[in-house]
Amino acid sequence: MSLVTNSVRSWFLTELASGMSIIFKHMFHNKATLNYPYEKGAISSRFRGEHALRRYANGEERCIACKLCEAVCPALAITIEAEPRDDGSRRTTRYDIDMLKCIYCGFCQEACPVDAIVEGPNFEFAAETREELYYNKEKLLANGDRWEKEIAENLSREAAYR
Amino acid sequence: MSERFIDNYTINFGPQHPAAHGVLRLVLEMDGEIVERADPHIGLLHRGTEKLIEHKTFLQSVPYFDRLDYSCPINQEHAFALAVESLLDCEVPKRAQYIRVLFSEIGRIGNHLLNLSAMALDVGAMTPYFYGFDEREELMQFQERASGARLHSAYIRPGGVAIDIPDQLLKDIYTWNNRFPKFIDDFEGLLTENRIFKQRTVDVAPVTAEDALDWGFTGPMLRAAGVVWDLRKNQPYEVYNELDFDIPVGKTGDCYERYLVRVQEMRQCVRIINQCIEKIPDGPIKVDDNKIAPPKREEMKKSMEALIHHFKLYTEGYHVPAGEVYRCVEAPKGEFGVYLVTDGSNKPYRCKIRAPGFAHLQAMDYTSRGTMLADTVANLASMDIVFGEIDR
Repeated sequence: MSLVTNSVRSWFLTELASGMSIIFKHMFHNKATLNYPYEKGAISSRFRGEHALRRYANGEERCIACKLCEAVCPALAITIEAEPRDDGSRRTTRYDIDMLKCIYCGFCQEACPVDAIVEGPNFEFAAETREELYYNKEKLLANGDRWEKEIAENLSREAAYR
Repeated sequence: MSERFIDNYTINFGPQHPAAHGVLRLVLEMDGEIVERADPHIGLLHRGTEKLIEHKTFLQSVPYFDRLDYSCPINQEHAFALAVESLLDCEVPKRAQYIRVLFSEIGRIGNHLLNLSAMALDVGAMTPYFYGFDEREELMQFQERASGARLHSAYIRPGGVAIDIPDQLLKDIYTWNNRFPKFIDDFEGLLTENRIFKQRTVDVAPVTAEDALDWGFTGPMLRAAGVVWDLRKNQPYEVYNELDFDIPVGKTGDCYERYLVRVQEMRQCVRIINQCIEKIPDGPIKVDDNKIAPPKREEMKKSMEALIHHFKLYTEGYHVPAGEVYRCVEAPKGEFGVYLVTDGSNKPYRCKIRAPGFAHLQAMDYTSRGTMLADTVANLASMDIVFGEIDR
């Protein structure tokens, strides 16, 4: 670059002016921020959020206490105890997930042979105390009942890929 | 008045310093504004990853790699998957290889966007940070749509990838990818010629090619010093030898040159992503061996044999033949390697992780000796330090 162009650029602050013009143009772009509690970012049907234990349509719980999720969990967050129920079917007596240990890797839902434990689309389960995040079977089943519609929709959408 | 001597002043830069890029405690011995000695203290984010992996199966080890360099998680998994696959001696299907390369490059762009905009922020420019994160958000969404998690995706597994990607995702990546060079132009328009940015970075902490090699630099740090070395070209893995791209190389190895190399690398990533999407074939995304990769869900529900494989893989995992291997990938920060020793069981006997940031940080004293305090910030930012991988 010649001395003349260089000094013209230097004295007239051309690169700063062109930078400011870029910023000015960006003012007319779409707004990037979301008004969070009212607007939420898009999540796909694969999103791995809060856990839920699902039931069959007749109300029977899906989990058969095979303990695959407990075995595969890298964070050792799942604890299961099981014994035969009065009608002879094998069911869990205890199904705990320590949500503070969980790393949301999704291995439990991959391992589950009956689609009982799933990671649903809910990501808003922050709590004020640690105790609230030690989920037991009751809480997980309640989650399942609450999110069943969304979870079933997501699972049917992903069925071709799994 | 008698003459007075003042000792060197020692200050703590970090671990709670916003420009320390994580939990770096940098003890600086100052002579006025001049840095006499820089002493990085690391280990504040040490989680014992390598030891923990010794007690996990090969599948369970995958999420640990996401948490090393958390600005580009997928590239880390890639190195581990390559290491396990070369011990298992299995060939990954072409589609899986393309998906891996595609997401590695998306990770590279994401990492460089994070690093460059944070570097601009550290030297005083706020706006590029907002613009950079706006684009990074899109990349996060692509990762989320493929794997189910925005950051810790656990997507690349030994034997392939976790799950196939929908065609619509490829189309969306393609659209975004063709729009992205315009963003790079804007980003460069804000920084590349900007005199304030140049005053803070040009000729700051230069490293010669020889010194860069001596200190064990890799990735953009090495290329900025003028050494043509990129594992994607020099030791091609996956499908990189079928793709057409260039390696940007700098001359002086100062902070400004590192910035330029990273910007040009983003442009090359755009080329690679386009070629991946054009060339990606149909087909399986995992090896066709149910001893390594779990069977498809539909098959598992119908066939007894598949169900047994499913149970075996999710409890015991697969056994990897005894041996040792070092495999590395060109992660955005440099050579990320995994040295794996196996004893024939279902768990690694030893897993040594070679983090590029560690080698870069050890040159902190060498590069910042004699520079001003403010230059340390620019130097540190251009090194692209992420503590997840340094402390492991």
